[in-house]
Amino acid sequence: MRKVLIEKDSYYDSVFLMLISREVKKIPGVRDAVVSMGTEANRELLKKVGFLTREAEQAAPNDLIIAVEGDNDEAVSNALQSARELLISKKSEAKAEEEYRPVSLDTAFKMLPDSNLVIISVPGIHAAREAKIALENDRHVMLFSDNVSLEDEIELKKLAVSRGLLMMGPDCGTAIINGKPLCFANVVRRGNIGVAAASGTGLQEVTCSIDRQGGGISQAIGTGGRDLMESSVGGMMMLLGIEALKNDPATGVIVVISKPPAEDTAKNVISKLNETGKPCVIHFTGMKSREQSGNLRFAGNLEAAASMAAALSSGREYRPSTFTLPALEIEQLVKHETAGMSRPQRYLRGLFTGGTLADEALILFEWEIGSSCGVYSNIHTIPERILKDPDISKAHTIVDMGDDLFTAGRPHPMIDPSLREKRILKEMHDPEVALFLLDIVLGYGSHVDPAGAIIESLKEAKKQAKNRGGYLSIVASITGTRGDFQNMEEQKKTLESIGCVVMPSNYQASMLALEIIGKAA
Amino acid sequence: MDVHKISELFNQDIVVINIGLESFADNLKKEGVRVLKLNWKPPAGGDKKLASLLKRLGR
Repeated sequence: MRKVLIEKDSYYDSVFLMLISREVKKIPGVRDAVVSMGTEANRELLKKVGFLTREAEQAAPNDLIIAVEGDNDEAVSNALQSARELLISKKSEAKAEEEYRPVSLDTAFKMLPDSNLVIISVPGIHAAREAKIALENDRHVMLFSDNVSLEDEIELKKLAVSRGLLMMGPDCGTAIINGKPLCFANVVRRGNIGVAAASGTGLQEVTCSIDRQGGGISQAIGTGGRDLMESSVGGMMMLLGIEALKNDPATGVIVVISKPPAEDTAKNVISKLNETGKPCVIHFTGMKSREQSGNLRFAGNLEAAASMAAALSSGREYRPSTFTLPALEIEQLVKHETAGMSRPQRYLRGLFTGGTLADEALILFEWEIGSSCGVYSNIHTIPERILKDPDISKAHTIVDMGDDLFTAGRPHPMIDPSLREKRILKEMHDPEVALFLLDIVLGYGSHVDPAGAIIESLKEAKKQAKNRGGYLSIVASITGTRGDFQNMEEQKKTLESIGCVVMPSNYQASMLALEIIGKAA
Repeated sequence: MDVHKISELFNQDIVVINIGLESFADNLKKEGVRVLKLNWKPPAGGDKKLASLLKRLGR
């Protein structure tokens, strides 16, 4: 029994609606529920799950769609009624909390004349307009929205540079300004390390790792992934960010992180860092570590970048190592994880929520075993290694579940873990799978209990492997700090309670996974 | 490159206007940041054609 209700002209944001969907799904007798705005992407999603009725098909982006499938007519009617009540009560809670909420930026500037930063996360097609108004009114901008055109990005960044303002994004998920975590950022100690990053989870992994090693962050500026990758953007915001960190007396060490940059842009960024005269650490995804050159150090992975920066910050010597644990313990761990595996078990499945973390794991696997057996992914740069169907893994597979392919019309898997949970429950039936490699990303913006949300599915996957006479190894890392509200220790305990191996970083988790896969095969 | 406005930002409390996901504003409030939430709605009710027309008119 299915019913779809349309509420004309009622706008709510996607995270809020995901929470309502989750509540409605919990109602007895409800099999499935979708509460979303009538955007094109959402209508496409409703079509996939068979909820697209004629009314829903005609819904406008500003119309709310409530779709429910239940055991019977009564259950569905109850659920629809509850969904409406939830929406009304949540909205009135929000209204009670604040007296007046302006509808335009112009009014907001009048109400809060000392505002200095505008955070924008509206759908991409509308985002550039708001960002431009903010910049024209001398406000710094953090633009979380994706799907902003390259032309708009270039125009906005040129405007920002001409006015000396930060234009972080589009598609900028993380920044820390004056110790305040913005969007998807972690609670990290303050200190003298300044970070400029064209990679959201890369910034999170590095700042958390610095925090764990006793270092702290002065500022962490996000630029959005295209800033260095697209030669037409040319690292405009990265160069401005580096200049700002150079001028910041509280910043003693500068760290720059990016996905693979355009060649000319990389040269300009390196030369800019050279000019700062401050000790700098550079990590571009896919770049192997290189010899130090003047004030510049080159790190081969995210954790190494953090370790180098923490060492520089405290005057310690940097000692490179693959694992924190002694070699003997790693050997025993590998032996333990492979001892119970059955003959067909030989493949890795990396199921990631963080894009840069997936990139890092993919590159490490490509370097080590790519030439002999190939690693497949939805984000591979070699066309033959791109998964034909991103929902179906092949041999060694690493999936970035935050890719647009999976997130169109739904919240990112760091917010809503259900998509990864479904993937785990699907992968567990493959008798050739030897190991799951996972990331758990904590911090503001992320799910309240990302480990807890997938633990039952992981437990079931281990059980299925055991029933087949084998053993499923699960290796994970947690990107987070003790200050994060999810409680890092509890997250670790949850994973370890079912026998997952939790490593101190994504790099170490990937390297351990490689060792285990090497022995399994 | 003139970065004095960014240097100013680094030496002030951040004061934020949030447009979009409310959770971003709520999280900043928990960190003691002054935040004003905009009651944002898609321009022209989400009608792409009309919105692009408004954009061209500079509205």
